[in-house]
Parts: sequence; structure tokens; C-alpha cells
Amino acid sequence: MGKMIYLKDVVTLKLNKEKCSGCGMCVIVCPHAVLNMNNRKVHIENKDACMECGACAMNCPTEALTVQAGVGCAAAVINSALGREGSCCCVIETQNEPVKDQSNSCC
Amino acid sequence: MNQPFIIGSVQTPVGDVPKISSNLRWPDHWGSIKARWGVGRMHYTVDPGLYALGNPNDQSPVLVTANYKMSFDRLRENLSNRNAWILVLDTKGINVWCAAGKGTFGTDELVRRVEFSQLNRMVSHRELILPQLAGPGVTAHKVKKRIGFKVIFGPIQAIDLPAFLDAGKKATHQMRQKTFTMPERVVLIPVELVSALKWSLLILPCFFLLGGLGAPSGFWQGVLNDGIFAVLNLLGALLAGAVLTPILLPWLPGRAFSHKGLIMGLITTLFITCFGVFYLDIRKDYMNVLAWFFLTPALSAYLAMNFTGASTYTSLSGVRKEMRWAVPLEIIGGVAGLTLWAGSRFAF
Repeated sequence: MGKMIYLKDVVTLKLNKEKCSGCGMCVIVCPHAVLNMNNRKVHIENKDACMECGACAMNCPTEALTVQAGVGCAAAVINSALGREGSCCCVIETQNEPVKDQSNSCC
Repeated sequence: MNQPFIIGSVQTPVGDVPKISSNLRWPDHWGSIKARWGVGRMHYTVDPGLYALGNPNDQSPVLVTANYKMSFDRLRENLSNRNAWILVLDTKGINVWCAAGKGTFGTDELVRRVEFSQLNRMVSHRELILPQLAGPGVTAHKVKKRIGFKVIFGPIQAIDLPAFLDAGKKATHQMRQKTFTMPERVVLIPVELVSALKWSLLILPCFFLLGGLGAPSGFWQGVLNDGIFAVLNLLGALLAGAVLTPILLPWLPGRAFSHKGLIMGLITTLFITCFGVFYLDIRKDYMNVLAWFFLTPALSAYLAMNFTGASTYTSLSGVRKEMRWAVPLEIIGGVAGLTLWAGSRFAF
């Protein structure tokens, strides 16, 4: 069985090749082989396989990679839309927001 | 906290460090099973801090994990006959990947834990081995800058650790890929099913009793006919959305989980209707039957949509896009189905 791919052409992953130092850290942390090295520069090889976990951007020392990271979880989207916060781990947390302590269900 | 996996202690320059066993015993296995079924899952924890596995010295590798007991158990069971330091971060009892996504398995907590345990006096090297799935939370170059420790992202699964360590801390391409195989999907079903069943306990009796209302042949005959048909369909929707869709995920048509769930729900409704013809008068009960052709697929699609949270490859952008059409459709299907069903009670 081939690799499972979710919806096409939705992913927010972006690469600024100019900034890439070719360290390869993003290739290591990506769990879906989205990125690959080519001539000492990284390139996006399989964009639709990206799940926007944010590991690559988090570990890019030159900020060449950007992505609107988040958890692809419908329950989390619903909880956020209903204004539930913190009481459940299944909420969409915007980055730089302080991490909530309680967690009662999901993931 | 009582931690039965501690089998002694190791003396170090900074004091005694608890020594842990790499053998899992039946309470550990039982604990995993309970957590898989959602029993006490949010409080299935290990005390954060440093532990010794085997007889580690200042050259031994340092492996970092979450304080979810299942994460901790997977790590230690795969390191039998090895010497290593195990650093458990306080992730509030959440597994590595989810905690990294939330930021609790993050740079700050890692730096804090390394400093608190005085790891720099414990080992002569300056390396930390983290699970690869800690990537969304930990920034390797920031850890290096702040405490001088180099973060090495190890394999995704603990089972690959021995091979990774023996290969000079090199992971193969395969070790770095997050899969979503049949067994990986199946173990996630119980938790989804249990939470859906909790709701059903409220809804099922309602439909069962309402089935009797407006029945021309009397209340109990109605319960037996329409009530049981309703219960069958609701249980069918649960089976379709929370069990069959996850199992058959790669083979069901469409990319959106709701679409897969919808198809599975329709198939299930067809099956149940075929079964229903044995005791329902289809000509008289057509509205009742039709109602479930809306309700069951809508509910199944909703449950399948929620499985995106358990899956290993859905993106937030994708889920948002899916929900923009799926949620309205599920609501319309639900309302249409309920209206038909209510109509079938009183119009015949």
C-alpha cells in the first residue's frame, strides 16, 4: 500500500530557498518525507504529504521554512469554534500562547 | 508516587538515581489495555525526572521521553540489556507527539529538566537522544545554544532504538516515516468507540421509546418494530463511522474522512434495511426507512470526521477545508432524517 495522502493543495508549508543553509535538520524531523536535499539545498518534494506538524519550521535555524502548524483534528476545530479552551487537549492552540495545564480528554 | 518499575538505585556524583527495570509485568500490560479503552488515560503517568536503566556511566546515552506511562514503557521494554539514562519530561501525562504539538514536550521543559537533574555532572558527553516526533515541540539549535547539549532526533518508534544505537545513532529512512498501518489504526478504535458509546447511552433509549409513540399498532408493537430498527441503525452508524471506516480507511473512496464515513454509513444502512424488510412493512414505513438513509450516513460521516484527530497524516488546513462542507452536510442530513422520522411517527 502506498503512502496515505490527505486533501490536495491545502498545505501552508513554504520554503524560502535563499535562506536555506542546507543543514538538513528539516529532512530529519519530517515524519512524511515531504522534504529532500538537492545540491546542498532543501526542496519540497511531496507537499501534499505534509501534515503541518511544524517540526521542520521549528528546527530550521535560518527560518527558511514556514508553516501554519497545528493539529489536524476535527474535534479540536469544533472545540475551538465553541470557545472551549484549555479544559481539553483537543483545541487549536495558536503559537506563542502559554500552554494550558489541564487536559481531560482526547489525543 | 508508588512506581513498581523501580528496582533499586544507582549512585552518581549528584546523588542516588532510581534504577528501572526493562521488563514489563502484567500490571504494565493491563495498564496499556485500560488506557487504550480510555480508562484513566489522562492520569496514566510516570514521575518526571532522571532514571537509570541497567548500569549507566558517564559515557552512556541519554534518552528523553514523555511522562505518559505507555510512552515510558515502550522505551524501557526496547532497551533490555542496555545501559542508558532515561530523562522523563513533564508532559502532563500526554504522549510524545501530542505533547510536542501542544508544546509541553518542548524546548523550555527539556532545558529545565536537564538543568534540574544536573545532567552535565552525570555524563561527560553532551548529547540528548529524543524521539523524532518531539520535533514539533523541541528546537534543537536552541537547546544547543542554551545548555550546550546537542539534540539528536532518534527513530520514531522505540522498537528501532537498538538498531539506531548500534548504527552509531543513525536512523534509516524507514525509521523516520510515520505510518498508519492496520494494527496502528485498530488500537485507536476503542477510545473513539467508548466516547461515542457514552453519547449513545443517552440517545438509544430515547429512540427506543419514541419508536412506540404514534405507532398505529400500539405502543409496545411500535417499540418492537420502529424502536428496534432505530437502535439497530444507530449502532450501525457507530460501527460504520468509528470502527469500519478506521479499519478500511485506505480502501474507502475519497480523501476526506467524512466522505469515507458517508460511504460506509450508506452501505451499513442498506444492510440494515435489507434486514428490516423481514419485520417492517416497507410500504407503510417508507418514511421511517428513508429517515435512516439520512441519519445513519450523517452520523457515520461525523464520527469518521473525528477520526482525523487520531490519524497520523491529516493537516489542520485540510481538516478545516473538509469541515467547511462536511459539517453543514452532516447537520442537514441529521435534521432531514429527524424530520422524516418524526413525520413517520404521526403521518401514516
